[in-house]
Amino acid sequence: MQAFTDLYVSLDSTTATNSKVAALRRYLAEAPAADAAWAIYIVSGRRAKRLAGRPLLKDALQTLTGYPEWMVLDAYATVGDFAETASLLTEEVRAANACDDQHSLAHWMEQEILPLADLDDEDKKQKLMDWWQRLPQLSAFLATKLITGGLRVGVSQTLVARAVAELADLPRDVITHRLMGDWQPNAAWFKSLLDPDITAETSSRPYPFYLASPLEKAPAELGTRGDWLAEWKWDGIRAQLVKRGGEISLWSRGEELITERFPEVVQAAAALDDCVLDGELLAWKDRVLPFAELQRRIGRKTVGKKLLSEVPVRLLVYDCLESDGEDLRPCGMRERRASAEALAAQADDRIATSPLLDHDSWEALAAARDGSRARGVEGLMLKAADSPYLTGRKKGAWWKWKVEPLTVDAVMIYAQAGSGRRATLFTDYTFAVWQEQEGERQLVPIAKAYSGLTDTEINSLNRWIRANTLERFGPVRSVSAEQVFELAFEGINASTRHKSGVALRFPRIARWRTDMRPEDANTLGQVKDLLSLYGNA
Amino acid sequence: MPLVELTDKGLYCPAGDFHIDPWRPVPRAVITHAHADHARPGSGLYFAETSGVPILRQRLGADLACHGLAYGESLELGRARVSLHPAGHILGSAQVRIEVDGEVWVITGDFKRDRDPTCTAFESVTCDTLITEATFALPIYRWPEIDTVAADIHRWWQANAQQGRASVLFCYALGKAQRVLAALMAHTEQRVLLHGAAVPLTQIYRDAGVAMLPTEPALEAEVEKKFAGELIIAPPGANGTAWMKRFGDCGTGFCSGWMLLRGNRRRRGYDRGFVLSDHADWPALLQTIEQSHAQHVLATHGRSDILVRYLREHGMRADELRTEFGDEDLAAES
Ligand SMILES: [Zn+2]
Ligand SMILES: [Zn+2]
Repeated sequence: MQAFTDLYVSLDSTTATNSKVAALRRYLAEAPAADAAWAIYIVSGRRAKRLAGRPLLKDALQTLTGYPEWMVLDAYATVGDFAETASLLTEEVRAANACDDQHSLAHWMEQEILPLADLDDEDKKQKLMDWWQRLPQLSAFLATKLITGGLRVGVSQTLVARAVAELADLPRDVITHRLMGDWQPNAAWFKSLLDPDITAETSSRPYPFYLASPLEKAPAELGTRGDWLAEWKWDGIRAQLVKRGGEISLWSRGEELITERFPEVVQAAAALDDCVLDGELLAWKDRVLPFAELQRRIGRKTVGKKLLSEVPVRLLVYDCLESDGEDLRPCGMRERRASAEALAAQADDRIATSPLLDHDSWEALAAARDGSRARGVEGLMLKAADSPYLTGRKKGAWWKWKVEPLTVDAVMIYAQAGSGRRATLFTDYTFAVWQEQEGERQLVPIAKAYSGLTDTEINSLNRWIRANTLERFGPVRSVSAEQVFELAFEGINASTRHKSGVALRFPRIARWRTDMRPEDANTLGQVKDLLSLYGNA
Repeated sequence: MPLVELTDKGLYCPAGDFHIDPWRPVPRAVITHAHADHARPGSGLYFAETSGVPILRQRLGADLACHGLAYGESLELGRARVSLHPAGHILGSAQVRIEVDGEVWVITGDFKRDRDPTCTAFESVTCDTLITEATFALPIYRWPEIDTVAADIHRWWQANAQQGRASVLFCYALGKAQRVLAALMAHTEQRVLLHGAAVPLTQIYRDAGVAMLPTEPALEAEVEKKFAGELIIAPPGANGTAWMKRFGDCGTGFCSGWMLLRGNRRRRGYDRGFVLSDHADWPALLQTIEQSHAQHVLATHGRSDILVRYLREHGMRADELRTEFGDEDLAAES
């Protein structure tokens, strides 16, 4: 396991993607094939089922170290990760033992870790205590992470594919394709991963996506309205539907193969002629559903009947990149659009074209854009009518003209330490607005937010929090209601689960309003006005 | 009446009418060491360990009224007999022993028991009441050997050098920087470049006879290439400033006890974190408390809550003392 631990350390100690890829490639080149297979399995975030729960770990840790529960929990609150806490607290008992680990990663996974599933709790506990004493600290941390199923290495699927592709000297999307679906991490699989025969994979390849740039000037500066196509800017998952030789595959923008996750779209695509369509996957019931709903579909490899009926998904197509084997990308947008419409018409309404807006002046378009939020879209897309399909972030042909985020001024009332890498700082905050009841003003929580402040602001806010803590509840502190923040958010919904009766979508800190007094913050009444204006129930 | 009490100006000894590491100006201040949270300007007369006096003058002013005391030498202040004893934290760092009518209190200041060639090693002092720091009072904190850490730093430096990159190592300019320079002598004789903030302090250490790698100020070079393969030591505050530009694409590392935790290593955004602390780890805290034979322990800094609860559960009399001392590594960053 030592070699894998070293790999983990090099992946964990750098933020540079090139170094990560190099470290991974080096490991895969040097490790036995079975270890390489397991390393890919672990690093790409696949996980075995959880083999031991927190109570068992805690019990084993207390038995081994003799520390009282409060101390173990306090250590955990400081460290932010239970496996790491265990590996550090056991350093004392470890020091007295030899730290020597000759077994391969595959041996560890197949002979030690996975067989835990067949043991009862007492035997599991003995195993854990044994490992903690026997393994060096980092390996002990990793082994514990592997049995709790929560190891995140900070390497994306794309980076894994890059490393393997470099090693095998094959195109990256071939490797991406091979990394999809179900496979068993063993030596034979690893060898097949590097197989130079790629005919099977090339046929499903997507084209590189073209990405829109934010419009930072007045649309009139783009020229004549007639030279541009306008569509709604949907907030879904950008995807390419590839159908060649009757075989259908669905690719996300991250070059991830997501065919299995959207069976209804694949079903509808059965009616299409061979083509490559570019569009947006959206959760849809008469109208577009909030992105949060679509999110329920993203994490799943396979989708159950219930979820399929609760969150049906459709593909709104806005471009056609290939038709009957012909690459249409050099053609103008208007022409490709016509092909897209013709193709979408072959399928049922689970595949449709994203409608064009026909408002004939920039002013009329701007007015339509103001209604974006009520429609559940983020604004408008403007596409040059004669432009070919470009690649990457090349500017000029596609612009996204988003609506401004909504804002509210709220008072910070709770602060919580972050988890994992932010465990020693208060980085999660709860904000409240004023509620007036029978002449009394009272703060009600409205949103939690963690992003948006600079490191300097976080540091000075942390000093303020430490000095102005009212009460502590575990990792949470209530603080005196003095600091006002401007929160930006993308949408607002009515909610019965929140005391305030509203839920903000994607709240984030826009500004620390050191210029405002707490009494100047918004009231719940004002927030509810936003709900009636923009809310989609 | 307690020998030492907490006032709004800091720890105060009424019998001797002096303060220890006061955070506001007072007539007489006994200073444990020259870190900014312990040695503040404006007091009338300072007392410090002799080898620490030049550092205090460097930080608080050349004309500082400061009386030097050798380790173990005692001084009568009012009814109190005061002496300073090695704390092993940085050059000239001291524990303060106060004796009044046969009762003894010891204030550890910041201390550590790990090996440090740049200062006199910690010595246990017995007392009735011990005021101890508790910056790292949790059993997760156990420091690795400095030799291992120095070897890691050296390997990292060499790996960067092989890629034609400079290595910028952030460490607190007083104490940590010099400790690294001394520990690296086991691996190389190469010259190291220093950020301006570390230059005068390093010179004071050299003048005191501390052996360290040769150093030069890291002046702006005409050609960027000049820094390839160099190790540069800088205070954490220099990270992200324009000063860093001269090194181009460089590796960055940070030396601190906080680097023991993976979350801290990642959050701070340095390429590498090296676990190197000038504070006592958990075993050192317990050992010190035991060897002091104190009947009463007062804990300051950091996780004093944990230490107090742990000691009480082990049948000892212990309380928290809320001081305004911090940890220099954290202070330097915020
Ligand atoms: Zn200090
Ligand atoms: Zn201190």
